[in-house]
Amino acid sequence: MTTWLYDGSFDGFLSAVFDLYWQKKTDVVIRKEQDHVKGLFENVIFMPTITANADRVWAGLTKKLTEAVLQQLFCCYLSELPGEEDNMVGFIRHVFASEQDVSGDFGNKYVLHVTQLSRKVHREKHRMEAFVRFQLTKDNIYYSLVSPDYNVLPLIARHFKERYADQYWIIYDERRRFGIYYNLDKVETIRLQFNADYDPHYHTTGNVWAPEEELYQRLWNTYFKEANIVSRRNPRLQLQHMPRRYWKYLTEMRLG
Amino acid sequence: MERIQEKLAILADAAKYDASCASSGSNRKNTTKGLGNAHPGMGICHSYTADGRCVSLLKILLTNVCIYDCAYCVSRKSNDIKRAAFTVQEVVDLTINFYRRNYIEGLFLSSGIFKDPDYTMERLVRVAKKLRTEHNFNGYIHLKAIPGASDDLMREAGLYADRLSVNLELPTDAGLKLLAPEKSRPAMIQPIQFLKNEIIRLDDERKVLKKVPTFVPAGQSTQVIVGAAGESDMEIMHLASRFYRQFALKRVYYSGYVPISSDNRLPGLHSQVPLLRENRLYQADWLMRFYGFEPQELLNDTHPNLDTDIDPKLSWALRNLDSFPVDINKADKMLIARVPGIGMESLRKICAARMHGPLGWDQLKLMGVQLNKAKYFITCKAGALERRDLTSEQIRQQLLAQSHSKWVKAHSPQLQLF
Ligand code: SF4
Repeated sequence: MTTWLYDGSFDGFLSAVFDLYWQKKTDVVIRKEQDHVKGLFENVIFMPTITANADRVWAGLTKKLTEAVLQQLFCCYLSELPGEEDNMVGFIRHVFASEQDVSGDFGNKYVLHVTQLSRKVHREKHRMEAFVRFQLTKDNIYYSLVSPDYNVLPLIARHFKERYADQYWIIYDERRRFGIYYNLDKVETIRLQFNADYDPHYHTTGNVWAPEEELYQRLWNTYFKEANIVSRRNPRLQLQHMPRRYWKYLTEMRLG
Repeated sequence: MERIQEKLAILADAAKYDASCASSGSNRKNTTKGLGNAHPGMGICHSYTADGRCVSLLKILLTNVCIYDCAYCVSRKSNDIKRAAFTVQEVVDLTINFYRRNYIEGLFLSSGIFKDPDYTMERLVRVAKKLRTEHNFNGYIHLKAIPGASDDLMREAGLYADRLSVNLELPTDAGLKLLAPEKSRPAMIQPIQFLKNEIIRLDDERKVLKKVPTFVPAGQSTQVIVGAAGESDMEIMHLASRFYRQFALKRVYYSGYVPISSDNRLPGLHSQVPLLRENRLYQADWLMRFYGFEPQELLNDTHPNLDTDIDPKLSWALRNLDSFPVDINKADKMLIARVPGIGMESLRKICAARMHGPLGWDQLKLMGVQLNKAKYFITCKAGALERRDLTSEQIRQQLLAQSHSKWVKAHSPQLQLF
């Protein structure tokens, strides 16, 4: 068994898949370079990313799969789960090996897996669309910090661009240390340098925020408190929809 | 506390008994580089309050001053509470600023009736108009349609709102007479009928003309209160079914009565909110809307109320064992939809997957079928898993023994004690 390492990009993965076919390999596993811990007798090769090869694999898949299913495969990549490459390779092999469109072949474990994992990633995308909380800064930028389970920023950019077309905004992934920034024209990927004494979590004091910011957070918290019906109390249901790990990013949950 | 915060506290508190939280089903795109969009597909719940309910819209009353005295309502004239009223501009500012911070999908604005219906409706419309025309706001707007307001105002409301609703509140005429004698059913139906006709008229115009404005794109909804006036589930569901059909309503909401009054015509202040019953009604509603069930299959004179121990689909299946088993690999889609333990998502997978080859138990399980329920009602590649000579009562007992109603555990802390 040989391990092929790629640079962690989606193209890098596809490029490695190209070589699987080119070199007719079946006893190879593909892994991200940055996640990899070398085993004692493991045979490891680094595979450089060749975009043209990646494009050929993608073009081949495009002929056999709908846009929606291609998106599902991409979601599996964004899940960043260790070893997920094995399922993606299994799926791609099944697609290329079959004459017909296999995307409804849920009796096949790879097809089912891709549907199910992409649903989870999609749910996280949906959660981010719900749980982003912007705070207005003095420089008129709506700023938000998140830490999604999967790498969903690439998936949510369009939603926020369409919705908040007339305001500057930043959504920053604290865990993955990058963010997306909309400049009233297009969305860019950015990295922020935080000062050592800066608390990246939200605070309403200091001279970072717009003067009205504190008022609207207070009004929102008031609204949130009053909308609750005490005699229907059901914290379990609340937790089920809004797991605790999201709370520190939610204006209305941070204080209570 | 600032005055605006106090007003918000009062007018959010008074609006929270309306169960509607939908923000989906519209099609308002942000084509002008303005603010916001309203999605045709899924709505977004931005938060969940401690009662587990979704917060999607800024749901407030314009005022809780009201000339009526409906017994079940906190804003009723005779109730001794603090009263407040927003200005149009205050509601607009709150909506815009909450929306920009991604707190909400839009506004759900209702109101007590002050002065008269036209006066009230005119204010609601003014808020929506201002949001749309002055602030280029494309987020979701749900307005209450005030019975008795003029056709012109209704029509104008429809141009700016995504959804309009009139709440029926009391499912039976007897309940209405008892608890809201100043109100009449025909007066409530009048605007629903009017809006339905307008929606159809404009849809027809849209087929031949280019520039027909959107009109209530997310349609109408209504709400009925459950457990305030002694009605049966059958009365509720048959009413809902009639309104779905007759007025093409998009949604009927069922709101378990929250005791807010010591009036002896109503359940006492210490009675429990009928949460389980409310949940069963929602399940029955889904069965009617998506699974092809007729209301009289679920509820009839012999079964006037839904079973609280088991879900309505299972309950129906146990009363109709002669319709089973169905063959997963061959049966018509809508027959499989009737199998307990099979939801829409697994149904879709089954129908797609069986074209690639017959399915067995393991695959069904992986596709999300709840086999513990479904196994009594289906056959598949491996033949029948269960003995087929069980009676309804035996199946029911086996299922109840396995899980003392998952719902009871998840949704009802007070029942957990048993
Ligand atoms: S008319 Fe509406 S606000 Fe007024 S008392 Fe009746 S239900 Fe309450």
